Amino acid sequence: MPITNNKLTFSEYQENFSDIHPPFETVEGASVEANRCLFCYDAPCMKSCPTSIDVPKFIKQITTDNIKGSAHTIFSANIMGGGCSKVCPVEKLCEGACVYNLLEEKPISIARLQRYSTDQAIEQKWQLFKRKPFTGKKVAVVGAGPAGLSCAHVLSREGVDITVYEKEQKGGGLMTYGIAAYKVTPEFCEEEVDYITSLGGIEILYGRELGKDISLVELQNQYDAVFLAIGVGLTRELGIKGEKLEGVEDAISFIYNLRTNPYNNIQVGDKVVVIGMGMTAIDAATQAKRLGAKEVTLVYRRTQDEMPCTEAELNIAKLDGCKIIWLAAPKKILGKHGKVSGLMCDVMQLGAPDTSGRRSPESTGETFTLEVDMIIKATGQLPFEKLVSYNELQNRNGKITIDENGITNWAKVFAGGDCVNGGKEVVDAVQAGKDAAKGILNLIMKTD
Amino acid sequence: MADISSNFLGIKSPNPYWLASAPPTDKKINVLRAFEAGWGGVVWKTLGTQVKNVSSRYSAVDYHGSRVMGFNNIELISDRPLHINLREIREVLKEFPDRAMIVSLMADNSRESWQELIKQVEDTGAHGLELNFGCPHGMTERGMGAAVGQDPEIARMVVEWVMEAATIPVITKLTPNVHSVVPAGKACVEAGTNALSLINTIQSVTGVDLDTLVPNPNVAGKSAFGGYCGPAVKPIALKMLTTIAQNPITRQVPVSGIGGISTWKDAVEFMLLGASNVQVCTAAMKHGFRIIEDLCEGLNNWMDEKGFSTLDDFIGKSVPTLTNWEDLDINYHIVANINQDKCIHCGLCYIACEDTSHQSINLAYGKPYNTYSIKEEECVGCNLCKLVCPVEDCITMVEQRKGPEYLNWKEYQRLGLPLNDH
Repeated sequence: MPITNNKLTFSEYQENFSDIHPPFETVEGASVEANRCLFCYDAPCMKSCPTSIDVPKFIKQITTDNIKGSAHTIFSANIMGGGCSKVCPVEKLCEGACVYNLLEEKPISIARLQRYSTDQAIEQKWQLFKRKPFTGKKVAVVGAGPAGLSCAHVLSREGVDITVYEKEQKGGGLMTYGIAAYKVTPEFCEEEVDYITSLGGIEILYGRELGKDISLVELQNQYDAVFLAIGVGLTRELGIKGEKLEGVEDAISFIYNLRTNPYNNIQVGDKVVVIGMGMTAIDAATQAKRLGAKEVTLVYRRTQDEMPCTEAELNIAKLDGCKIIWLAAPKKILGKHGKVSGLMCDVMQLGAPDTSGRRSPESTGETFTLEVDMIIKATGQLPFEKLVSYNELQNRNGKITIDENGITNWAKVFAGGDCVNGGKEVVDAVQAGKDAAKGILNLIMKTD
Repeated sequence: MADISSNFLGIKSPNPYWLASAPPTDKKINVLRAFEAGWGGVVWKTLGTQVKNVSSRYSAVDYHGSRVMGFNNIELISDRPLHINLREIREVLKEFPDRAMIVSLMADNSRESWQELIKQVEDTGAHGLELNFGCPHGMTERGMGAAVGQDPEIARMVVEWVMEAATIPVITKLTPNVHSVVPAGKACVEAGTNALSLINTIQSVTGVDLDTLVPNPNVAGKSAFGGYCGPAVKPIALKMLTTIAQNPITRQVPVSGIGGISTWKDAVEFMLLGASNVQVCTAAMKHGFRIIEDLCEGLNNWMDEKGFSTLDDFIGKSVPTLTNWEDLDINYHIVANINQDKCIHCGLCYIACEDTSHQSINLAYGKPYNTYSIKEEECVGCNLCKLVCPVEDCITMVEQRKGPEYLNWKEYQRLGLPLNDH
């Protein structure tokens, strides 16, 4: 049977899913790297961070043995600075902007240094923030992902009491359920959520889903403000024949299962194809390989120049032995006895640039067929359009519309993160949470 | 290939690098290893009445992730029996007759003690003596070391005793723990010393341990002022050396330069400011004797590039360029220029100038990279931006004279020329 679980031994699973970015083990390692930092003014790294972490400052604080100060600098800008240090595509953010790149030198390992400080803070449960006295205000946050937790933390610091409604059994959102386990371990995700809530004033109610267990009207009535941070849902349909065959899976569900069950329970094929070339596609492909798939192939309808994932991500996939077929668009999924047996693809070529400036792929008329037993779709997540429309939230294709203060068309109801932008990085969601908190504070603390 | 051999008061060595009187030169086994590695000479660790040392003895100042930018010790003179030291000196001389063997001395404070010690040391066949008037700790309390060097008249007296007895060249080592090294230097030269060496270590406290709250080095919960040396003291040593090289009396004798010399470049700088040779200690204590290789090779290559064939061709060459502030040319004016092709947009020049200097750099916002340019009319030519810029030759100082003629401050005042109006 091609699709099976238990393909590997316990120790193989352990090894394959261990932390891919080892931290600095010693003070010396961190110190040497931190001392390379030039301490730039109006630093390009800081400007390239969506949450504007004062990178030169936190690195300088490592060099002065002020690790508490360093962690405080990071967390005051980004309360998920620990998780972000593991999952951020830093080569296109802070590290990509490091001035050392302009000298053709290796940029400062900002993420690794950030991890050095935040790991210690989380492990040793440093209480770096103190809540202001209770203001009497209460805010509901829907979704305990990065946007929701970041908003909750800012508000709680300001003396607002927060209730977070989370449909899953754990917090962290995408971080806990949607990212490769070798980037952030399940244990870390849990510790991070605990660390954030240890501030006090934040109560997370698990297993409470908007539209099922709670309604927006109720929340609007019961709280001074509501923040919707519900993220995005499953991968969009390919809209091709054979999509319902057994063995065709959604990347989000695949990763979700993997993050919520023991590795040896997760079924994976021998010959797996992953469709797409974003971060989630890479996470699905590499983890399929790490679960014991013999062959994993990524197919993408454009070329490397247009791929949404970073070079570093692509290299992880290549090092894991994943194959990549560029300019291949799925045309039809073939099946035998109700199960996937092959994927027929159109061979594409790049045509004229579209409105986004990217050259759009067009079919050459040629096709090829891959023999496969499992297909994982990772072609971008869809917003929770039904839920959004049902609640009559103004939206664009399911993405909630907000004004410049972060408010939706519902009074006192704010929204932010993936459910607004359609799906970006964790760090963008954290910033969205901060922005929403600012808007909420302006609204609820207004002196009449 | 240039000739880097050195002749100091007739004491010859294959290169101008001696190991200073210190732990690296306190016994035969070290000194043999040093000579095998290629050192030109040693100043044997100070002999005198045998002492007892404490533990611990050293502490250091680290800077920006680098260890031992400055080094401090509370070790005393040799704690080994005199007769063993003398025997070993004799043995080393036999094995390495081509290397300089100087013996550092600090006798008890009497004519007899000094003269007796000198006689015993001369019997070994050593090439020269160095009088330790500089040790800043431990010995001063006994009326020796810096206590002698700090008082020109006592120094003069001791040098006179020494010169009555010595038949080999005498170098007097000066302490920097004075407001000027010149008075003691003059007294020693007038008393007949054949040469001077400087600087000895500077009294210091390198730091306090923030857990125990006891300064370093910690000796059972207490510390004592130590002697500071290493790269951190080099600029101070160069200044003191220059004052000796400029004084009409002290400049009559050769000087052995000491103080933070770690590289061939440091050594060249000491020689350009008047040292005939140099002594090294901290750099060897940090890296071992093998550093002598680059010390020699770098010196040789530099001399070849500059067209100097012997050390005498450049010793003292920079001394006349150090003048009084009043004689500097006020019409000389430079302004900074930023090479935009080399700039990496770190903003260090901008913030240094804006916060702490003359607000002469313009910031044009960019995301993520700002562009920085010089406001030439505001720039006073202070060098700060160039000093903090991490890129070689990105910021250069361009000459824009205020007037063609030489004009110094005294003349400026005499002519009643205007001062700044803002």
